Amino acid sequence: MSLTELTIADAAAGLRARKFSAVELVRAHTDAIAALNPRLNAYITTTSDAALQAATHADEALAKGEAKPLTGIPLGIKDLFCTSGVRTTAASNILKNFVPPYESTVTANLLRDGAVFVGKTNLDEFAMGSANITSAFGPVENPWKRNGDDAALVPGGSSGGSAAAVAAGLAMGATGTDTGGSIRQPAAYCGIVGLKPTYGRCSRFGTIAYASSLDQAGPMARSVRDCAIMLQSMAGFDVRDSTSVNCDVPDYSAAVGRSLKGLKVGIPAEYRAEGLSAEIEAAWQRGIEWLKAAGCEIVDVSLPHTKYGLATYYIVAPAECSSNLARYDGLRFGERVPGDTLDAMYEATRRAGFGPEVRRRIMMGTYVLSAGYYDAYYLKAQKVRSLIRRDFTESFQKVDVLLTPTAPTPAFAQGEKTDDPVQMYLNDIFTVPASMAGMPAMSVPVGLGATGLPLGLQLIGRPFDEETLLAAGSALESAAGFTHRPVIRAEGAK
Amino acid sequence: MSLDPATVRRIARLARIGIDESDLPALQGELNGILGWVEQLNEVDVEGVTPMVGTGHAALRTRDDVVTDGNCRDAVLSNAPDAVGPFYTVPKVVE
Amino acid sequence: MSYTLEGRTGTWEIVVGLEVHAQVISHSKLFSGASASYGGEPNTHVSLVDAGFPGMLPVLNHECVAQAIRTGLGLRARINLESRFDRKNYFYADLPTGYQISQFTHPIVGEGTVEIELSDGTVRHIGITRLHMEQDAGKSMHDQDPTRSFIDLNRAGVALMEIVSEPDIRSPEEAGAYLRKLRQILRYLGTCDGNMEEGSMRADVNVSVRKAGEPFRTRCEIKNVNSIRYVMHAIEVEATRQIEVWEDGGEVDQETRLFDPSRNETRSLRSKEDAHDYRYFPDPDLLPLVVEQTWVDELERALPELPDDKRDRFIKQYGIPRYDASVLVAEQAIADYYEEVAKGRDSRLAANWVTGDLFGALNRTGRSIQDSPISAQALGGMLDLMADKTINGKIAKEVFEDMLETGDSAADIVERKGLKQVTDTGAIDAAVADVLARNADKVEEYRGGKDRLFGFFVGQVMKAMAGKANPAIVNEALKKVL
Repeated sequence: MSLTELTIADAAAGLRARKFSAVELVRAHTDAIAALNPRLNAYITTTSDAALQAATHADEALAKGEAKPLTGIPLGIKDLFCTSGVRTTAASNILKNFVPPYESTVTANLLRDGAVFVGKTNLDEFAMGSANITSAFGPVENPWKRNGDDAALVPGGSSGGSAAAVAAGLAMGATGTDTGGSIRQPAAYCGIVGLKPTYGRCSRFGTIAYASSLDQAGPMARSVRDCAIMLQSMAGFDVRDSTSVNCDVPDYSAAVGRSLKGLKVGIPAEYRAEGLSAEIEAAWQRGIEWLKAAGCEIVDVSLPHTKYGLATYYIVAPAECSSNLARYDGLRFGERVPGDTLDAMYEATRRAGFGPEVRRRIMMGTYVLSAGYYDAYYLKAQKVRSLIRRDFTESFQKVDVLLTPTAPTPAFAQGEKTDDPVQMYLNDIFTVPASMAGMPAMSVPVGLGATGLPLGLQLIGRPFDEETLLAAGSALESAAGFTHRPVIRAEGAK
Repeated sequence: MSLDPATVRRIARLARIGIDESDLPALQGELNGILGWVEQLNEVDVEGVTPMVGTGHAALRTRDDVVTDGNCRDAVLSNAPDAVGPFYTVPKVVE
Repeated sequence: MSYTLEGRTGTWEIVVGLEVHAQVISHSKLFSGASASYGGEPNTHVSLVDAGFPGMLPVLNHECVAQAIRTGLGLRARINLESRFDRKNYFYADLPTGYQISQFTHPIVGEGTVEIELSDGTVRHIGITRLHMEQDAGKSMHDQDPTRSFIDLNRAGVALMEIVSEPDIRSPEEAGAYLRKLRQILRYLGTCDGNMEEGSMRADVNVSVRKAGEPFRTRCEIKNVNSIRYVMHAIEVEATRQIEVWEDGGEVDQETRLFDPSRNETRSLRSKEDAHDYRYFPDPDLLPLVVEQTWVDELERALPELPDDKRDRFIKQYGIPRYDASVLVAEQAIADYYEEVAKGRDSRLAANWVTGDLFGALNRTGRSIQDSPISAQALGGMLDLMADKTINGKIAKEVFEDMLETGDSAADIVERKGLKQVTDTGAIDAAVADVLARNADKVEEYRGGKDRLFGFFVGQVMKAMAGKANPAIVNEALKKVL
């Protein structure tokens, strides 16, 4: 098997068994990036030289028997995580030359555990988007193709570059961030596993903020076990993030493959929404059968406020982003467009620096917070948010985990759904509610649809019970036997 | 609720995002589309519901009053577009 | 006497409320670990959090919360066990994140009260609306370059307490008394140094005028006044301006104004086409702040005695007049000094010496009580010499001046100069005999009924003994002989 096809778990074992070196493993990936990135555009910045150098150190550590959990494992890092000395853009013109003098906690944790970063992955500008078409560095192409159709598909978003890189073998795993579905939806579109942990599980320190009360970092990889391995490193309390929660990080890998006997799985009626494609509904039904076969008890539940999740999200997230992005003013960092006055400089800088979707969300957020409208929009949305969370809390008194589709459709083509922002927002309809409530959720690929594209199912768990997600996810994974790979991938490129 | 061009201009001004008159119709249409869509929240009864603050898993922590940071002017100025000596600069502000 | 201003149309009353920004005494900033101290090189007391770098997050300083609670307790105010931090959004060059973190909807301290005393002895209570924590901004410098302003973020993020009064103040004098009292309380508590010149305490002054018995009229806010004297002037000139506007048939606009001390006038701040719309909302990077009542109680137990309590105790314990007590508690250090002098001694005499000779000497030499050339022990030592009649009151003045100059102890000076009071009746009798012999004519006159001459004989005897004779013994000896 090619080195770019391995799972992280197998590669770590292979490295320890000296079947191949870290340099070989990393070079296989940097070569694949060199070959495929010009087409996929999954990376904004590649760091191949630094990665190969790190691989040399990894081999030394391996030789000395000092390997750590991720020693020598090549990972992609979403270009929203600040990386010390490595350009970090948030896929925005306003940060196109920004080089942070600091490392995010999540990436620092991965480095501590030996990971090798091969580059910074593309995303929707400031993580605002569901198709990775708002990046100032151009769209990412999904490595998957519809049967008999060469049209370029979107990888989902906002962590589209991470999803495409992992699917195509340009990284063994990648970090993502998820605000309303930005890990889970691209994972589903690209046929990989993506896990959004509980809000507060991974530190937000050093990760460029979109919507602070929703943003959460998480792993994206080709297997449930690989996500467990990555999350083990990424998660943990951080005194520098006041919303980070101080609770123990369990052994996530131990949860993978754990028996599901007696586990109660909730099926929320409201997710049978309009616009849910027949193939996804069928996949959902198969998932239910698999979990039943694994010993789970299936329980119908109701999350009545789910349908308001998206509208709530599109008030709360823009409101927070309008404030979070005020710091990009051309003064202390980032691009500046000169102006005669301070205000002229601000206005020119922010018009040129932000793309249309970011500008739209900033304006939307500015409006909903403005005098006279705060109560009608923001305060109302935060109350509805309480109701959405209450739905989940009540469900979790009856069941241990929820099973839903991840997205209403498989990946669509670049250029589709771009006329109307609201149509684009609907891609996140199933992922947003868990974000609004701060619950952990994971997307697992469970099969191919009618056109040959991967389909994902979503598991939603109780706060800080990522283990149940991993246990149920691994059951779905093995029942589905999902071994399909995209058309465009590292091995195929050779 | 529907935004008129003057309101769109005012929001852009508050957000310090420069706009041309020619941007206005499209922007107005998009924002009104989104606002019209979120109107669906009007049907939710939130009587007596406490707005969500935080996600309920923790209360605010504090740190000890110790100087642990700062004295890093090079880093602070490292990305400044127009630093002069130890200062950031902006177009002259007349007060 | 209530304060009023006479206009053409009648008598006007003024209504004033103050918003005082007091810089919290702490080592590090409100939400970052950078130094909060004054005087660093530009942009050195700045962390990446203060400069608002992408991904940087605020973490609350425990001591700043404690200081806000102490201050609330000192203002006899309600402490809110749950408070929140909001973002106040606006763009400005010295505001790195584009928002100030402040407690808008849920401040940590609620209603309280401050007692003030006016020069005529009137006591008034000024209501406190609230106290909240917030971040200070950085500094813009406009005179170093022809086309650019320079930005220094050393102050950005330093903790402030905003203390808002009710519109209970009715005269410039009351405003002055309120500010002095507030500063006194803050200094006692050690929560703010109250130094208005360095900007660690500044006031926004809300002023309106009305005819007696009317509801409030429109107010104007005079921003950032940085001395008590200027606050008092600003109120007067702004009230006078508003009366003119009303009496000319105009309307006072609710607006922000600046006080220009050099021209003794207020002027409108360039009104912007967009009124401020701060878009407050709860800061999602910070959860609600919850403090335990037990901690509040602990802080309360550890509070120092507050000025009003100390004044009342001084009156009772030391039997001194209210005015003297008020003067002695003006500063904690003065009160401590006085108590040390008064301990085990004549407390009224101690008060007279401290408020009289000592304050006079400090004023003359421009020193504070902390670096007084005469320590409390030294002054006490001198009072002891008076008490045991080693020196009399007149000699004491001389000894005091010597102590000021040389720093020597009273006992050493008395010894060195031979100022010990003479109580030896033999020596005094001899001097009396000598004086009477040399002034036989006056003795005749005295005996002839000119009683006033007794004082002359006392003076002559004291002079003959270089002032060191015990005045009581001299009196007695003279009476006996005459």
